[in-house]
Amino acid sequence: MKLRVGFGSCGIAAGGRKVVEKLEAEMKNHGQQVELILTGCIGMCFYEPIVDVIDNNDKVYTYANVTPEKAEEIFNTHILGGKPLEQYIVSTSDKPYPILSKQVRIALKNCGIINPENLDDYLAKDGYKALAKVIKEMTPEGVIEEVKVSGLRGRGGAGFPTWFKWNAANKSKGDIKYVVCNADEGDPGAFMDRSVLEGDPHALLEGMAICGYAIGAREGHIYCRAEYPLAIKRLEIAISEAKKKNLLGDNIMGTGFSFDMHIKKGAGAFVCGEETALIASLEGERGMPRLKPPFPAQSGFWAKPTNINNVETFANVPWILFNGGKAYAAYGTEKSKGTKVFALAGKIKNGGLVEVPMGMKLREVIYDIGGGIANDKDFKAVQMGGPSGGCIPKELLDTPVDYDSITKTGAIMGSGGMIVMDEDTCMVDMARFFLDFTCKESCGKCIYCRIGTKRMLEILERITAGQGREGDIEKLQELAVSVKDGSLCGLGQTAPNPVLTTIRYFRHEYEAHIRDKKCPAKICKPLLTYTINADACKGCTLCAKKCAVQAITGKPKQLHVIDQALCTKCGNCATVCRFNAVGIE
Amino acid sequence: MCNSCEKQLETKFADGNVDLTLLEPIFAEYTGKPGSIISILQKTQEIYGYLPLSALQAIADKTGNKRAKIYGIATFYSQFRLSPVGKYVILQCHGTACHVLGAEKVGSAICDELGISPGETTTDGLFTLEDVACLGCCSLAPVIMINGETYGKLTPDSVRKILQNIAEAEKGGVVCEA
Repeated sequence: MKLRVGFGSCGIAAGGRKVVEKLEAEMKNHGQQVELILTGCIGMCFYEPIVDVIDNNDKVYTYANVTPEKAEEIFNTHILGGKPLEQYIVSTSDKPYPILSKQVRIALKNCGIINPENLDDYLAKDGYKALAKVIKEMTPEGVIEEVKVSGLRGRGGAGFPTWFKWNAANKSKGDIKYVVCNADEGDPGAFMDRSVLEGDPHALLEGMAICGYAIGAREGHIYCRAEYPLAIKRLEIAISEAKKKNLLGDNIMGTGFSFDMHIKKGAGAFVCGEETALIASLEGERGMPRLKPPFPAQSGFWAKPTNINNVETFANVPWILFNGGKAYAAYGTEKSKGTKVFALAGKIKNGGLVEVPMGMKLREVIYDIGGGIANDKDFKAVQMGGPSGGCIPKELLDTPVDYDSITKTGAIMGSGGMIVMDEDTCMVDMARFFLDFTCKESCGKCIYCRIGTKRMLEILERITAGQGREGDIEKLQELAVSVKDGSLCGLGQTAPNPVLTTIRYFRHEYEAHIRDKKCPAKICKPLLTYTINADACKGCTLCAKKCAVQAITGKPKQLHVIDQALCTKCGNCATVCRFNAVGIE
Repeated sequence: MCNSCEKQLETKFADGNVDLTLLEPIFAEYTGKPGSIISILQKTQEIYGYLPLSALQAIADKTGNKRAKIYGIATFYSQFRLSPVGKYVILQCHGTACHVLGAEKVGSAICDELGISPGETTTDGLFTLEDVACLGCCSLAPVIMINGETYGKLTPDSVRKILQNIAEAEKGGVVCEA
């Protein structure tokens, strides 16, 4: 028997540490040592903390939402007594939970399965075999050809063919070249890279080493955001373990190929997701993009040929080289091959990470895998691509998820964040939210990005404050075009997308804000009016007590009234009322 | 910048109250390594909890850069702060998922509980509140991180309780993990 506990950031935050402490205490109490494996995230974040019991026939029983008390019960009844606790089990290896059975896991294949801090676990899952095959049997050109056959495209956002970048870096002349991994996952709403870093760091290292061999580089740099302390710790352990076993470092496996790895902590700037800005930041400078060409493949880190890919892209590479490009290309659509990891979050029942073949319909991802909308509300839109992306409405739920189909909707695939929104989400407020983000994160180099986003934000703030004017929508559209045209890098070029898509699909919400001074989703506070319903009010006085500005008056057991002139629309009265007597208009 | 402001800033760059000898090990580690300014600033912030301007001056002198450049880098990245922080640094996530699930209400509760606005520190020096773009724990939204520990699925009430627990534990001299 073995025990496995989800110990990614999400598992720990949900209480995984206390569960582990309890299990360790139980082992001590009973003098019964059981192998305890701490893994990364399996992707079912809504079920954390998760405990797996693996019996001697390798059958896996998954227990969800485990508390220390449940952990004690599991230990006593299942581990010691040999009786599975059916009432707590959500999935078993021969009858997996639907969220898992619909997935094809390649980049996430080991996440939640192996102990990321133990190299032997990775080796037992064919780890570093692809690297061995590559450096012992293949030419760099052969590796690039295999990646070309796989059809792998960059998983960070733009979807550029990976082989093309590798080939360009390979063809560039120079003794010193670099492989850089973009682990600065800055898209709010995306966390697949964190999961790979925390759950399977060796897959990234192996992918980068293979890339190093293909382009002729001997050094790799991982640019990881400082907000991911656990990821950085596990990467450090992984690098040192791999070096000890001669899987990284000098003369790897006696082949003469050397590849060393460094970690650089990012300091927090969204624009550093752009290649040239990332390179500037790696060099210790302000992360500001520059004009391309020259492309990093010609002149990148320290002006040497450099290949940059993101975490998920590299994590696919070992599988592709081990199983062949054709096997990878068997998944997906004609132009978008393989699988893609999506981070499901927002108002969805089963939030978490899923990896599915490209081309699956949005509806399947959200309803069949994600379980649909939380609290059984109505689906309104799904936001894809973060601040560079857009909101896809209900009518387009049957869009297949591949690069080209998503781009047609006005959104982008991006890094794979999917934020689901229900009827209670205001689309104008969402546009304002994203513009606020890009405006703050603009590096300031290009005038349109620096000032144009600011002006757009001001208009949106005005609209959500109930001071929208006729012509505001058109002005937003006009500015959007200028910002797109007048910006050097992807940040500015895509910043207007959330505004444009919400205008395209939810223009009526903008008009309701501007003309009727109403927020249909009841989110924009200045546009709301709180009133107390005479039929429902029992005169319990609770709302009057909780009102911070004394806007509510009324005697006990009599109808209470809100003074609109004093009301700050904080919503406290509606929250505390036990009789649903406070109405919001 | 007006004359008196400039003078004020100038004195801060020359503040003798900051123990700059603490920087020596950092300089020893990074001397001769190009591209290390961000790393040096990160280590400096680890030592002082923030970046004292006099430390920036020392870094500029040591690395042969103009202090305007070091100041420029320090103010470009959101990780760096130029004023001291409290014992507990609360990072409140304002990512998309957190926003959709009520980060604003959680934020108001924190501000109300501590009596500070984002970017400020409580007068007792216990808490600093900072807004961040995304902590990458979107499925647990709304989320905050306190000194590296993540707390998820927050409500205005639960976040108040977390802060009260910490404050309570500090009073008793014992810090328990919430």
